[in-house]
Amino acid sequence: MSNNKNEKVLEIKDVHAKIGNKEILKGLSLDLEPGKVHAIMGPNGAGKSTLSKTIVGHYDVEMTGGDIIYKGKSIKDWEPEERALEGIFLSFQHPVEIPGVNNAYFLRTAVNAKRKHEGKEELNAAEFLREMKKYLELLGMKSDMISRSLNEGFSGGEKKRNEILQMMMLEPDVIILDEIDSGLDIDALRAVSEGINRMKDGKRSFLVITHYSRILDYIEPDYIHVLKDGKVIKTAGPELVAQLEEHGYDAIEE
Amino acid sequence: MAQEEIDKAVSGEYTLGFEIDVETDVVPPGLNDDVIRFISKKKEEPEWMTELRLKAYHKWLKMEEPHWAHLHYDPIDYNSISYYAAPKTGGPESLDEVDPKILAAYEKLGISLEEQKQLAGVKVAVDAVVDSVSVKTTYQEELQKHGVIFCSISEAIRDYPELIQKYMFSVVPMTDNFFAALNSAVFTDGTFVYIPKGVRCPMELSTYFRINALNTGQFERTLIVADEGSYVSYNEGCSAPMRDENQLHAAVVELVAMKDAEIKYSTIQNWYPGDENGKGGIYNFVTKRGLCKGDNSKISWTQVETGSAITWKYPSCILKGDNSVGEFYSVAVTTLAQQADTGTKMIHLGKNTSSTIISKGISAMKGQNTYRGLVKIGASAEGARNYSECDSLLIGDQCGAHTFPYLESKDTKGQIEHEATTSKISDEQLFYLRQRCINEEDAVSMIVHGFCKEVFSQLPMEYAVEAKALLELTLEGSVG
Repeated sequence: MSNNKNEKVLEIKDVHAKIGNKEILKGLSLDLEPGKVHAIMGPNGAGKSTLSKTIVGHYDVEMTGGDIIYKGKSIKDWEPEERALEGIFLSFQHPVEIPGVNNAYFLRTAVNAKRKHEGKEELNAAEFLREMKKYLELLGMKSDMISRSLNEGFSGGEKKRNEILQMMMLEPDVIILDEIDSGLDIDALRAVSEGINRMKDGKRSFLVITHYSRILDYIEPDYIHVLKDGKVIKTAGPELVAQLEEHGYDAIEE
Repeated sequence: MAQEEIDKAVSGEYTLGFEIDVETDVVPPGLNDDVIRFISKKKEEPEWMTELRLKAYHKWLKMEEPHWAHLHYDPIDYNSISYYAAPKTGGPESLDEVDPKILAAYEKLGISLEEQKQLAGVKVAVDAVVDSVSVKTTYQEELQKHGVIFCSISEAIRDYPELIQKYMFSVVPMTDNFFAALNSAVFTDGTFVYIPKGVRCPMELSTYFRINALNTGQFERTLIVADEGSYVSYNEGCSAPMRDENQLHAAVVELVAMKDAEIKYSTIQNWYPGDENGKGGIYNFVTKRGLCKGDNSKISWTQVETGSAITWKYPSCILKGDNSVGEFYSVAVTTLAQQADTGTKMIHLGKNTSSTIISKGISAMKGQNTYRGLVKIGASAEGARNYSECDSLLIGDQCGAHTFPYLESKDTKGQIEHEATTSKISDEQLFYLRQRCINEEDAVSMIVHGFCKEVFSQLPMEYAVEAKALLELTLEGSVG
């Protein structure tokens, strides 16, 4: 992928989507550029989480119109794992607990599924552990967390660090961070941001979904998109953050 | 996720449903004194055994089939069943005399009756039972060097009458229940194990049961006696051909652990489950009970139940010796139209006795899974403790899970803890794993294995691998 500024890695085109009988996204359009950090901001109920669910193909969401083009292909009918294997990663707002499934075993299965898909050699246990240890330290994760059951009994901060660990190991191309900062103390926020910033390589794109601007002090956005009532109502540079803080979402003109 | 996809997934094909094509001696269907005498004679049993069988039969005639379990099935016609079937070439002296077709069948089941061929590089002594007879018991000589007796129950009745007379019916009395009484009258083969004082059995012992003949029942009887300070780990496996009729399996297992002895009994039950409409499959009515007779003794039941149309089974422990320990670890899977009513009884009689119950029920498609367990603490069982954990996992929305725990405590200081959970494989869990590049089928399997982990970790290594593979096969394609 070149670094051409006009190139788009992900194009969300006039998407309509509903959850149950309720239409949430009402003609949402948004383009992600390679190597850029896009922040999505908006009031509660604007459709921020539905947007992330729609991109990764969550069962809850029914797309009723529009298209999603990823690397030039329509992915709207792809299975969730196909989207993941092709490099779309979602850091969940509320990572689910899966009892009895060893965290490291799970992650190695995930990493090897992706490597296999990309035609790379699978990592053996030793190679995998070596690789993972590098990131554990960076994220300030205790080494016993990898031998525990997946997210079971993890604190809010531990769950989010675990999401970022998975992101770093899976090396995705498009990273969606859904409220990554919610429930984090300052140390966890720093560690998580450090992990995210490490992943910036000029090619990867980030979609940072957030209610508050706090995380944007740590991960500098290139674009701010304001989402309201299921549509992007404004796109601007990072200077918009200060304006939003001062005047709130209501002051934004469509 | 669409329901039909899940259903396709959880109706994994039964791969052991082939028939062994050997000539069989079968007694005509029906039961009377003559049939019992016939079985006893075929087994070359002494007169006392014949008399015991007849006594059990006459008592059984006056008993009624129990119907308190959460199971629904058509009435069993006990006169349409043949009570004895044997491969014509059964009961050989050496491997050369075993019908090659039976050897081939066992190879197909992944069980080698040749001693040099070992399971996963570990020596496992095997008693192979087809229908009503034991066809081969391996490693007998090597075990004899340690004083361990490992033979078919028929041989034991002939060769070790004093041990049989002392222990058979001592844990499960002949009239304990309807099915145990029937078994006492007509039991055909099974395994006998005796571990002498202070001996740690040098290898895993294993019995593999195969129902083969048409319209026959299988009524095996197993007796394991671990003398003072001894240890044995015993495993049983089973399978049957796919048939449209239901076949009855009514076994009895008795375990006796003397002072400081330990018995670890593992079961991988894979009888033919029938089809998705409930046609065919094995009716599995089994009585299993262990007696911790001496102080500091321990009996541990581990079962992985994936087969049978109907399962009625409660492996239990009577904790008579002081400080004795009883354990029950169970994974029961019901898919297709299978029904299982299974659990355990822990009867605390001795002081400071303790028991642990970990039960994991998995239901899919139209499967109905019931846990039924009794923890009873007698007046003399000072300081008794029990911990029970019963978890159910539902896959899809047509299946069911039911839990019936019974607690009876006469010792007010007894400590009983019971935890129960029912969960559904949630779409959130599945989606999480799929978002992490893991396909739906692997995701279901990962969640199910995680759910069963505590039980699988109790199985001997080789069998844990088998159990995992079996579970995978049973729930195959849990995804579209």
